[in-house]
Amino acid sequence: MPEQLFQFLVTGVTVGSLYALVGLGFALIYNASDVVNFAQGEFVMLGAMTAIGLLAAGWPMVLAVMAATLLTVLVGLLLERFAIEPAKGASVVATIITTIGAAIFLRGVALLLWGKDFHAMPPFSGDAPIHLGSATLLPQSLWVLGGAVLLVTLVHAFLNRTLIGKALLACSFNRVAAQLVGINVTVMLRLAYGLSAGLGAIAGILIAPITFSSYEAGIMLGLKGFSAAIVGGIGNPMGAVAGGLLLGVLEALGAGLISSGYKDAIAFLFVLMVLFFEPTGLFGHKVAERV
Amino acid sequence: MRLIGFYLFAAVAVLLPVLFPNNYFVTVVGASAGLHIIPAVGLNLLMGYAGQISLGHAAFFGMGAYTSAILTTRFAWPGLLAMAAGLLVAGIIAWLFARPILRLRGHYLAMATLGFGIIIHVIMVQAVQWTGGPDGLAGIPPLNLLGWIIESDEQWYGVIIAAVLLTIWLSLNIVDSRMGRALRAVRGSEFAAQMMGIDTARAKTQVFVVAALFAAFAGSLFAHQQAFVSPDSFNLMISVELVTMVVLGGIASTFGAACGAITLTLLHQGLVVFEDYEMLIHGGLLMAVMIFIPQGLFVGLSQGARRLWTIIRH
Repeated sequence: MPEQLFQFLVTGVTVGSLYALVGLGFALIYNASDVVNFAQGEFVMLGAMTAIGLLAAGWPMVLAVMAATLLTVLVGLLLERFAIEPAKGASVVATIITTIGAAIFLRGVALLLWGKDFHAMPPFSGDAPIHLGSATLLPQSLWVLGGAVLLVTLVHAFLNRTLIGKALLACSFNRVAAQLVGINVTVMLRLAYGLSAGLGAIAGILIAPITFSSYEAGIMLGLKGFSAAIVGGIGNPMGAVAGGLLLGVLEALGAGLISSGYKDAIAFLFVLMVLFFEPTGLFGHKVAERV
Repeated sequence: MRLIGFYLFAAVAVLLPVLFPNNYFVTVVGASAGLHIIPAVGLNLLMGYAGQISLGHAAFFGMGAYTSAILTTRFAWPGLLAMAAGLLVAGIIAWLFARPILRLRGHYLAMATLGFGIIIHVIMVQAVQWTGGPDGLAGIPPLNLLGWIIESDEQWYGVIIAAVLLTIWLSLNIVDSRMGRALRAVRGSEFAAQMMGIDTARAKTQVFVVAALFAAFAGSLFAHQQAFVSPDSFNLMISVELVTMVVLGGIASTFGAACGAITLTLLHQGLVVFEDYEMLIHGGLLMAVMIFIPQGLFVGLSQGARRLWTIIRH
């Protein structure tokens, strides 16, 4: 039993770091614009599918990954410019529906480009499993973990050490005040969308060799990322990372110990419980609702 | 005078099959539109009037459908009794979940209702011995309305239109009732509504249950009409489609929700030929409406017409 638990933990942390990256993207956009971007999962899917497509067309791995990430960043910027900016000042319900529309639209584009099939991506460094005591680990899992640690560290340093990062954080605390001290809020908004799309794309590319990808792959990933952000306290970037890891481990334990068919239900039941009993998230700062 | 729109709608719905007898488009597509109008009108009460959001409404649609399907096929219950049981199940579950869920606002509420919908969908797929799992349940008997058996397309059109008219009439009356005014106050400002002595938690619970009942009612009819149910008819996309219908037609308008349901049903029919483009168009439409006519097609058009009328008169 303990050795099995260790295996579940390893699987959970791998999936969890993916949720963490998607959740981090959610938190960045939410911080900058108060918008929950339901198309976040589609960034993940677009990154993976574009990279797979370019690899199949004979591009070298590094170039394909870079091009796929850049393309997804571009899509994120376009989404901000043509869907979010025009709807500025709209109600929460309206922005939710706009981004859901964008998600369905992007899924439709992917369906046209790549069809309904699942697409596989070759692992970055072979697929000989690594034995870690009693658990086994795919080399790709190490890439996912390493990539997640690197990206989270970079984003954390960016938000806390650089002037632009601090400006972005300032926007999340109070947009009017940020504008008054000379921060260009619109540019910050675009930066958040670009950054978040890029994070999503890289997450998608890292996990693609393990899970495969299809035009629909973004739906569940996006929702799990959203859950991670909520569990961590929405708008708290590092909370989202912790929330993602927690959700991944819980899901793997639930799948292994209870039933793999119910793993999504277990994950969302946990999210519901968090919402019912600790609605500001497990790691969020308490905010009073303004009337 | 207050119900003039209702009489107009009823007249058109009744006249259509008379003007076009034996027309597949009227009976089959009309019935399908009707089955969408009922949950959309209910959801509109929750979203449009009370200002809440539900991204898991297909769950209640599914509860009605599965309760009818299981009770009539496995236990040979009469259709109407099974339908009543479906309403009871959906109503009780909605009532139990309403208070904790509707305490949440905005994105938290969206997440909670979404999670709720996904959990119910997973149960439909996984509880194979009850629901038949991903393959669904077949062989649901035709609806028996006190000896009158509903089987042909024309009969179904009649029954569904009657059900639609009932729900629209109910919705119009709820909106103009004490409860409707309380809901609009909640949408305006929950805090201010409380200060005026409105029990906001109670008002929100009531409207959530009503919306769930409407959806379950349509679900029961759907199960009998299709003679088959599977989890695919009640997944997240269906919940999103219901929200689309409410928003597309015009939020906070009963006929807006009905028009949204009709428009989206027609669109699905029209796009069958372009199956691969359906998603693209659906998503694009949703974004375009939210950006350009956030008040919705029906409400936007009727506002435009009213403006035109005042210009002509002067």
